[in-house]
Amino acid sequence: MIWEALVQPFADFGFMRRALLGCIAISVGATPVGVFLMLRRMSLTGDAMAHAILPGAAVGYLIAGLSLGAMTIGGLIAGMAVALLSGFVARATALREDASLAAFYLISLAVGVLIVSTRGSNVDLMHVLFGTVLALNDAALILLCSIASLTVLTLAGLFRPLVLECADPMFLRSVSGLSAVTHFTFLTLVVLNLVGGFHALGTLMAVGIMILPAAAARFWVASIGRLIAVAMAVAIVSSVIGLLLSYHFSLPSGPAIILVAGFLYGLSLLLGPVGGLAARALPRPPLET
Amino acid sequence: MTYAVAFQDLSLGYDRLPAVQNLDSQITEGSLTAIVGPNGAGKSTLLKGVIGTLAPLGGRLSLGTLARDDIAYLPQQSDIDRSFPLSVVDLVALGLWREIGAFGSLSRASRQRVAEAISAVGLEGFETRPIGSLSGGQMQRALFARLLLQDARLVLLDEPFTAIDTKTMADLLAVVQRWHGEGRTVVAVLHDIDTVRAYFPETLLLARELVAHGPTAEVLTAENQFRARQMCEACAGPPHTCGRSAA
Repeated sequence: MIWEALVQPFADFGFMRRALLGCIAISVGATPVGVFLMLRRMSLTGDAMAHAILPGAAVGYLIAGLSLGAMTIGGLIAGMAVALLSGFVARATALREDASLAAFYLISLAVGVLIVSTRGSNVDLMHVLFGTVLALNDAALILLCSIASLTVLTLAGLFRPLVLECADPMFLRSVSGLSAVTHFTFLTLVVLNLVGGFHALGTLMAVGIMILPAAAARFWVASIGRLIAVAMAVAIVSSVIGLLLSYHFSLPSGPAIILVAGFLYGLSLLLGPVGGLAARALPRPPLET
Repeated sequence: MTYAVAFQDLSLGYDRLPAVQNLDSQITEGSLTAIVGPNGAGKSTLLKGVIGTLAPLGGRLSLGTLARDDIAYLPQQSDIDRSFPLSVVDLVALGLWREIGAFGSLSRASRQRVAEAISAVGLEGFETRPIGSLSGGQMQRALFARLLLQDARLVLLDEPFTAIDTKTMADLLAVVQRWHGEGRTVVAVLHDIDTVRAYFPETLLLARELVAHGPTAEVLTAENQFRARQMCEACAGPPHTCGRSAA
């Protein structure tokens, strides 16, 4: 019974195994990026960037149809253009980066929806917005695994400056010229993982697997290494349960995965020992003398 | 006498609006100097100019024989995100940046030096505590431990004694005096005039422009302090009229 419910779908069907591998790759690459987005108080930046890649993917689709390469390159160009333009406007004008990012991503989103809805079909729109995790081919899996590997290696290399850029940016600037490099490399990783994620989960859901596990992990552990490990575990568990729910109850898989991650976030919010609601409600032990 | 930092007609600011204007002065090598002035006088801006995070809007800032690695900087506590999950030992170890850089690992000897620095500021037993759980005084001790490891020839302190208890302040002042005794140049932005008079032989009084710079007793006269306040009150108007019009 348990075997049939939990293992057989993956044992019997190749598309389920592919979906699982794709989701694990996204979990490994995107969740550490999500942890740093959260710690830098940039969670909503992830959401904005997810919308910003839409017109690039749409233009890629217009040029080459449902081509993995064209849509990926288009998404990357659109995402990086929005990131760099909003950074430039923030430095060159009186507008702050959050406002300039909001302006550019909204323009970008509107252009993307316009292109897809006037030149494509509803099926294409659904593909871009919600992904096709149950239809990942070899090329998509290779792309997702490559992005995950590149992300993990880059984060390992940039770990120390990235931590400093988050916690004590003035100190980083006083000891090193790596501040700007770190910031833009990190933004590139955000865009890269969102572009990878949208093939499986769609532009709107990709940011969910980035942020929800990170936010859930914050309630369980208090060191950066453990945060990343717990966030990855939450993302992988969400992927497995989400795919199984999708299989057994004929639900769309992307939203199912994100809703499971959302449920785990809610559970962590209630029961997590590090600042969760229950932990805060319990009486504190007496102060040591 | 050689200088550690020289300002020549220096202007610094944000969005092309000067926060420090036309500053001409020198910080002597090996001196212990307080930078004082009213709020908005450009004190912290001046330190950011020295560490190179703000490029001059005009004039020159020379570091003499110092390289960037010779400068250690203590930011204001408000510049640090204390909710970030970082332990005391990890924060202090970053003082070894000059040796380990962005990618190097800590050797056994380095770890020992980190432990000694933590011990020197009285934070033994706090090594694994998250920085978010420290009091203001404990956090400042941890940041001083990081400065100890930086082992720099020029130490810049931005409001090092703000919102900390008397005992911590006395301990940290002892560290500052030890640095001075070792021949390092120490520059601190301070608000408490009594502390400046008691411990800092040199003072630079700033009100966006230089009011006075020299021996503390000669700089901190009632007349100079009144003039600094007047100059900064004038700064409430358009930036280009600030300072000079009231001087």
